[in-house]
Amino acid sequence: MGMTMTQKILANGAGLEKVEAGQLIMAKLNLVLGNDITSPVAIHEMEKFTSQGVFNKDKIALVPDHFVPNKDIKSAEHCKCVREFAKKNDITNYFEVGEMGIEHALLPEKGLTVPGDVIIGADSHTCTYGAVGAFSTGVGSTDMAAGMATGEAWFKVPSAIKFNLTGKPAKWISGKDIILHIIGLIGVDGALYRSMEFVGDGIQYLSMDDRFTIANMAIEAGGKNGIFPVDDKTIAYLKEHTTREYKVFEADADAVYDEEYTIELDKLKPTVSFPHLPENTHTIDEVGDIKIDQVVIGSCTNGRLDDMRIAADILKGRHVAKGMRCIVIPATQKIYLQCMEEGLLKTFIEAGCVVSTPTCGPCLGGYMGILAEGERCVSTTNRNFVGRMGHIKSEIYLASPAVAAASAITGKISGPEEL
Amino acid sequence: MKAEGRVFKYGDNVDTDVIIPARYLNSSDPKELATHCMEDIDKDFVNKVQQGDIIVADKNFGCGSSREHAPIAIKAAGVSCVIAETFARIFYRNSINIGLPILECPEAAAAIKDGDTVEVDFDSGVITDKTTGQSFKGQPFPEFMQEIIKAEGLINYINKRK
Repeated sequence: MGMTMTQKILANGAGLEKVEAGQLIMAKLNLVLGNDITSPVAIHEMEKFTSQGVFNKDKIALVPDHFVPNKDIKSAEHCKCVREFAKKNDITNYFEVGEMGIEHALLPEKGLTVPGDVIIGADSHTCTYGAVGAFSTGVGSTDMAAGMATGEAWFKVPSAIKFNLTGKPAKWISGKDIILHIIGLIGVDGALYRSMEFVGDGIQYLSMDDRFTIANMAIEAGGKNGIFPVDDKTIAYLKEHTTREYKVFEADADAVYDEEYTIELDKLKPTVSFPHLPENTHTIDEVGDIKIDQVVIGSCTNGRLDDMRIAADILKGRHVAKGMRCIVIPATQKIYLQCMEEGLLKTFIEAGCVVSTPTCGPCLGGYMGILAEGERCVSTTNRNFVGRMGHIKSEIYLASPAVAAASAITGKISGPEEL
Repeated sequence: MKAEGRVFKYGDNVDTDVIIPARYLNSSDPKELATHCMEDIDKDFVNKVQQGDIIVADKNFGCGSSREHAPIAIKAAGVSCVIAETFARIFYRNSINIGLPILECPEAAAAIKDGDTVEVDFDSGVITDKTTGQSFKGQPFPEFMQEIIKAEGLINYINKRK
């Protein structure tokens, strides 16, 4: 019985020839990640350790991104705690405001995540790095603390679901539509405790940014990780972003999967998740007339350059609806700069959008776009739970950058074809 | 190890945003987090919960964010145990790591009602609804998990083993 791609990476990380689903293993970590919300709890836990210090100052990434630039005094105290810890332990990959970005857009861009890595992060969307063929998964602060101290973590080897992506997606269909469709199909616990392995001839049509979006939302189906095979596009991306050596793993031909799905990319339509669960998906043609108050384009899910380009393409020469707030948040400083150089910022501002420095801000109801009672938002973020972006009686509709931009113009949930 | 308390019953997919909304995550103080526990799904929870009470829920409890603040808030609010049909994986891991006992038991999750008095025996995995007299067999905790819970968390457990 062969191993899945995930199982092979975990076996390698644990120094074992072979692992199987359900087995408990201890694996070496290539990277341990934390942000301004989860790291202070981890740092506090670290203080309880009888032996102080971190296992490797180069293999820890600390990215204040959720409530920065500091939204209030308490957040400032949290960031201060992270900053001081980074300084005390001489952490190489601490990213201050001004050079930071949303963690899951930033780390691949900085070349810190490569194929074959075993990565844990105290943030649920750590699964994003599966896009480059790494095993990466979200954990809590205590696991982060233990990881920072020991450089190891225990895992239960997951079984997997195989998603065979076939065909070429139509013009406005992006990674977001694909993953929302999949979550709609299997539900928010459809991949609970398991890997989501994406394969098939359709992958060649997906940009790296599409793949980051898809892997990013594996957690929204309950998945332990989402992972893509390494192909020419991955290798070109790595060449541009990293000098780290890496090892490519492939699933065995006789790997066993719990379930297999075929997703015909050429048949997909723009897809929207209705409140209050990502699995409540509707295709754009069955949405109906839903008026909205706000649009958010950004986040670790959809704040990358491709996303900005798609949104700008739709907003160019147009204007957001009267009374609409459209908030655009490029995910990293580099993406922000690229937006400026390509003239996308001008397009956004002329269209009546507000453009923000990188932050998770509104995605988790932190700041920069909180909703009032009864308000509705179309958002390119990843969760539409009750109260996620503000008042418990507000509503979030998850969609692609194309749908979000089109909706900002019409003032109701709209596909780009409607313009 | 045993727990006994009154039950607060919830449905499917109770996410970490309703367990502890992000607007309170500018604090990491367990006592402060506890005062907002379950606020967006059950406003009265913090006024009614007593030391030792038990949360029972249906599937995928604790889905969403990896915030450890969620099990921390539940534990600091006085809850002695969470029973569910299934748990989201990060929440499961976090709960064990901070020493909050949690049990998967679909039968108990389906039968136990809000307000019932329930007893949980962690060694045997037996859950008894004292209100109805029904008894359910949950998964007993593996020994190392019991040790982590007794040590009140993973870090203390690691320290003790050295």
